[in-house]
Amino acid sequence: MSDLIRKDASELAGLVSSGEVSAVEVAQAHLDRIAAVDGAVHAFLHVDTKGALASAAAVDAKVKAGEKLSVLAGVPLGLKDILATNGLPTTCGSKVLAGWIPPYDATVVTKLREAGIVILGKTNMDEFAMGSSTEHSAFGPTHNPWDLERIPGGSGGGSSACVSAFEAPLAIGTDTGGSIRQPAAVTGSVGVKPTYGGVSRYGLVALASSLDQAGPCARNVLDTALLHSVIAGYDPMDSTSINSPVPDVISAAKRGDIKGMKVGVVKELGGEGYQVGVRSRFEESVALIESLGAEVVEVSCPSFPAALAAYYLILPSEASSNLAKFDGIRFGNRVGDDGTKSVEQVMSETRAAGFGPEVIRRIILGTYALSAGYYDAYYGQAQKVRTLIKQDFDAAFAKVDVLISPTAPTTAFKIGEKLDDPLAMYLNDVATIPVNMAGLPGMSLPIGLAPEDNLPVGLQIIAPAMADDRLYNVGAAIERELLAKWGGPILGLAPELAGA
Amino acid sequence: MAEATMNYDEAISKFDPVLGLEVHVELGTHTKMFCGCSTVFGAAPNTHVCPVCLGLPGALPTLNKIGVESAIRIGLALNCEIAQWCRFARKNYFYPDMPKNFQTSQYDEPIAFEGYLDVDIETDEGQKTFRVPIERAHMEEDTGKNSHVGGATGRIHGADYSLVDYNRAGIPLIEIVTKPITGTGKYAPEVAKAYVAALRDILRGLGVSDVKMEQGSLRCDVNLSLRDTPESKLGTRSETKNVNSLRSVERAVRYEVTRHAARLAAGDTVIQETRHWHEDTGISTSGRTKSDAEDYRYFPEPDLLPIAPSREWVEELRATIPENPAVRRARLVADWGLSQIDMNTVVNSGALDLIVDAVDAGVEPAAARKWWTGELSRIANDRAIELEDMPVTPADLKRLEELISTGALNDKLARQALEGVIAGEGDIDTIVKSRGLAVVSDDGPLLAAIDDALAADPAVAETIKSGKLAAAGSVVGAVMKATRGQADAARVRELLFEKLGVSE
Repeated sequence: MSDLIRKDASELAGLVSSGEVSAVEVAQAHLDRIAAVDGAVHAFLHVDTKGALASAAAVDAKVKAGEKLSVLAGVPLGLKDILATNGLPTTCGSKVLAGWIPPYDATVVTKLREAGIVILGKTNMDEFAMGSSTEHSAFGPTHNPWDLERIPGGSGGGSSACVSAFEAPLAIGTDTGGSIRQPAAVTGSVGVKPTYGGVSRYGLVALASSLDQAGPCARNVLDTALLHSVIAGYDPMDSTSINSPVPDVISAAKRGDIKGMKVGVVKELGGEGYQVGVRSRFEESVALIESLGAEVVEVSCPSFPAALAAYYLILPSEASSNLAKFDGIRFGNRVGDDGTKSVEQVMSETRAAGFGPEVIRRIILGTYALSAGYYDAYYGQAQKVRTLIKQDFDAAFAKVDVLISPTAPTTAFKIGEKLDDPLAMYLNDVATIPVNMAGLPGMSLPIGLAPEDNLPVGLQIIAPAMADDRLYNVGAAIERELLAKWGGPILGLAPELAGA
Repeated sequence: MAEATMNYDEAISKFDPVLGLEVHVELGTHTKMFCGCSTVFGAAPNTHVCPVCLGLPGALPTLNKIGVESAIRIGLALNCEIAQWCRFARKNYFYPDMPKNFQTSQYDEPIAFEGYLDVDIETDEGQKTFRVPIERAHMEEDTGKNSHVGGATGRIHGADYSLVDYNRAGIPLIEIVTKPITGTGKYAPEVAKAYVAALRDILRGLGVSDVKMEQGSLRCDVNLSLRDTPESKLGTRSETKNVNSLRSVERAVRYEVTRHAARLAAGDTVIQETRHWHEDTGISTSGRTKSDAEDYRYFPEPDLLPIAPSREWVEELRATIPENPAVRRARLVADWGLSQIDMNTVVNSGALDLIVDAVDAGVEPAAARKWWTGELSRIANDRAIELEDMPVTPADLKRLEELISTGALNDKLARQALEGVIAGEGDIDTIVKSRGLAVVSDDGPLLAAIDDALAADPAVAETIKSGKLAAAGSVVGAVMKATRGQADAARVRELLFEKLGVSE
């Protein structure tokens, strides 16, 4: 197996732009890796060999012509199957969209293509991003490269797994309540949910419009920052997009200096309910941050315990409306249209057959929460909680520069372990959800393995809106120390995959 | 199946009607409310569509600023408050003509609210002004259009299959909703019609819509309920859809009054339901009942930012609102010295703006009115075209009047000159020249024509000489005919009497 697959994205970009290695070679090395290991990992739903090699060849042509390349030109990437890709299937992990080929590219995809990033294919996910384990994909689960019996997190388990299995150095995820950060945490990779509005949602198939945000996944902080800089920025096609300069995440990722910073530990995100090894690694990180010259203080965010409940009213409410369009009339799978049934019957049968149980559960929850007579008690109350959460963050950021917590309460659990217990599944996101509720940027950074199971633990870093650069500065500072301590990337500790 | 009805006068003697009118106006913006697709009417099906208005997965709306501006201007023209801050909301229901299975609309935060519109109606005691209270005007998007193929009725039941055209989906709509309109008594149908007509005038004056009811760019739903007395609480209402002409608005109200009254008098209750209006038969039939009405599960649209129109912007827009048509008409009645009935004739003929334009160009009001409500209306009617589409300019009428006042043309020749203009032969002077239109002022040809006429009818000269001067008419007529209208009739008469030695 080519050693190209273990290289960082920034290094690969350098090799390609200098002409030392062709982008086609890089793409082929990753396609070979996918062919070798993805049968076991199942990170990809669709591999676009032809398209990947063609865009790699286009980069090589530019290299030959001496054209200036963008920072990640020629670097391969796995794209979560929730972003619309012109000419490539986009299923959102659902049968209801099986066979649908979008006629347009999401803005993120356009930016990736313009940057010469090579899209290897579409990665697996919980159906419509509803889940924390990728077990809710209609096309079968993705397996964690650290232990194939375990989940790679969710909903973006395909993206985190393809990065940590060395199938791609980069991936795009989307994060509604933790779907970038929690998968990053349980696979030992880095993932960032940018500020809401920092990355265009145009072409991101909506789960919960007020919470969804696409973001970068990679194996280190700098690569994540480079990808962040490629996809971020104002988009007139997305009304909720923020029209102001993108924070300088690349410089921050290169700086890594937290001397004199104030770091807040969120009292409500930790302690009881968190796995012992998660807590011990988190405490070590706190000590490390202090040793780097930052001041660490405890911060209380009293409304956070209500965040999960409020989230599970707002998300299903918005989702019930966003997912109404999947009726088989204009696109996607149509079921039951035998010429004898009414349009209502066909729509109903299409939805019943096309959606999996978790999607149906949340559509019903949301439909109920928005119903006349219940709206104020459910959706209305949840919005009030959301306001309180924002106020908690505002108060906290008046005292500190960034907040930290464990990303997820546990390391990767076993496939099937929580499938029949939705509440246990939802609790995976207890620490990540408040960040989405307030529209803030958050990062998950690997901080070691839990001693009891030798599985990765993630540190969550949270910054104020449009201060995404702080995540990278803090992340880089910690990462530098940990790499020195470990003697290399944490993913080097992951077992070799069969077939590789 | 037609339901029982009660004679209208009897119904009104027993019950007090309460009206409510919901008018949907399609804005005349070049692009749709939330995407850049064209709004031009009549394109091939599903050619003015994109991922946004088709509701494809991942697509997002962006707001048409002109749509918001139009909504604010409509609100201002209807004496409404303009919201300091408002949002769009999603109205959720499943229907194949709705690409997203929700309509982006406004719910409890409309852009404009608390207004009124004064309308004038003819009553037994003469003209009266009636104030229609307006609850709100809000923005929303239109749906696609279903057509049901096969089956006799063109409705979904019995159809073999249905087609959907999404060209209309996403076209900006403003929905204008009245409060319950009380106190109209027997004039409910007239008030309803006058309201829609006045609204149409205002919208046309604002230039925000082409307000063509027959093309569906202005659509009206009529709500009606009856109660025992004006003091009773409101009765159960019906909502009649698809009322798409001014005449139908009046008829639909009248019909519903008679239908409700028959039910109530028979001890039945009125069913709260949506009804379909049938223009051809003049009745409404039951649609879906509202008791199993959908719960629309409104919630704020998370894909669009709230709208907070600055007060400066609102005041800028207020300055663009034209004079209220009713106020303007009252002013013109005074300026032009017309009777109210004359003005009504002018308005009903659709000639008001055309006359104003002619007067502005220097034509006397009486003359401008005579041309537009007379000859030009007749020609437009013959040709089945709109008066405003007649190719006659204010400058044409001005020149025509100048030629008449100098005696260069008489009335008959002036009409011929206008015909030439309408036929596209050029301007008035060109046509006068090319058609050789000129009053014959040389007596020689006239005397010759008089001789010819007298020779053709030898008895007439004696009749005139005997004192029956009215008989001169036939001679003058014959001379006019012989000169193809170019003679001055008064001069012909003079010459005739001179020749016969008769004095008037």
